[in-house]
Amino acid sequence: MMTPRILVGAAEFDAGAELARLNVAGTGGIGSFIGTVRDDGGKILALNLEHYPGMTERAMGKIVAEAASRWPLLACTLIHRVGRLRPGDNIVFVGAASAHREAALQATGFLIDWLKTAAPFWKREELADGGAAWVEARAADEAAAGAWKGSK
Amino acid sequence: MTKILYFAWLREKIGRAEDDVAIPPAVTTVAGLVDFLVARGPGHAAAFASRNSVRCAVDQEFAGPDVSIVGAREIAFFPPVTGG
Repeated sequence: MMTPRILVGAAEFDAGAELARLNVAGTGGIGSFIGTVRDDGGKILALNLEHYPGMTERAMGKIVAEAASRWPLLACTLIHRVGRLRPGDNIVFVGAASAHREAALQATGFLIDWLKTAAPFWKREELADGGAAWVEARAADEAAAGAWKGSK
Repeated sequence: MTKILYFAWLREKIGRAEDDVAIPPAVTTVAGLVDFLVARGPGHAAAFASRNSVRCAVDQEFAGPDVSIVGAREIAFFPPVTGG
């Protein structure tokens, strides 16, 4: 398996530089996804993201290994930011490179679906009305990740 | 001693991020450990009041209620994950 690039931290990422880095020898297609902070019509002031240091990186490594067992990936990058992020800020970058577009696109979808359900991150919203609330897991996210199980 | 970690609203309800716990030999599973922790006080009881809303990892691997904790070094409790 290629060596994935897995980063967890507060730092902003440079999506252009990350895409360029994925263009390794033999690549014919690069899929990518960027998740950003929504403001939900002005209701959300900020998101505070926390994680489980140690387990997070392990879980992300396992997600990449699972993707690499399903598609012939040449390069793969998962970046997840933590700490306080404001509407419009980047949260997550997922990128996958392969010889052909189908594998790159499918692996990208798989990686973000599983990152949402199989890595220990938690979001807390700071609300414009002064309150705060932990984001609840969505059944739709579980279903999206679970759908890949039957498609191996 | 076993290190028990709490994240997100479990940490808030319990009032701290971790405990060092001497787990009795009779407590051998995740579910048994939850029963044991609930008896430690009202914060723990509140955190584990809705068990379906609590997830666990044993030595940094996701673990269901029937998973063994025998010999574990680090056990974490947290809500369903919401990253991405």
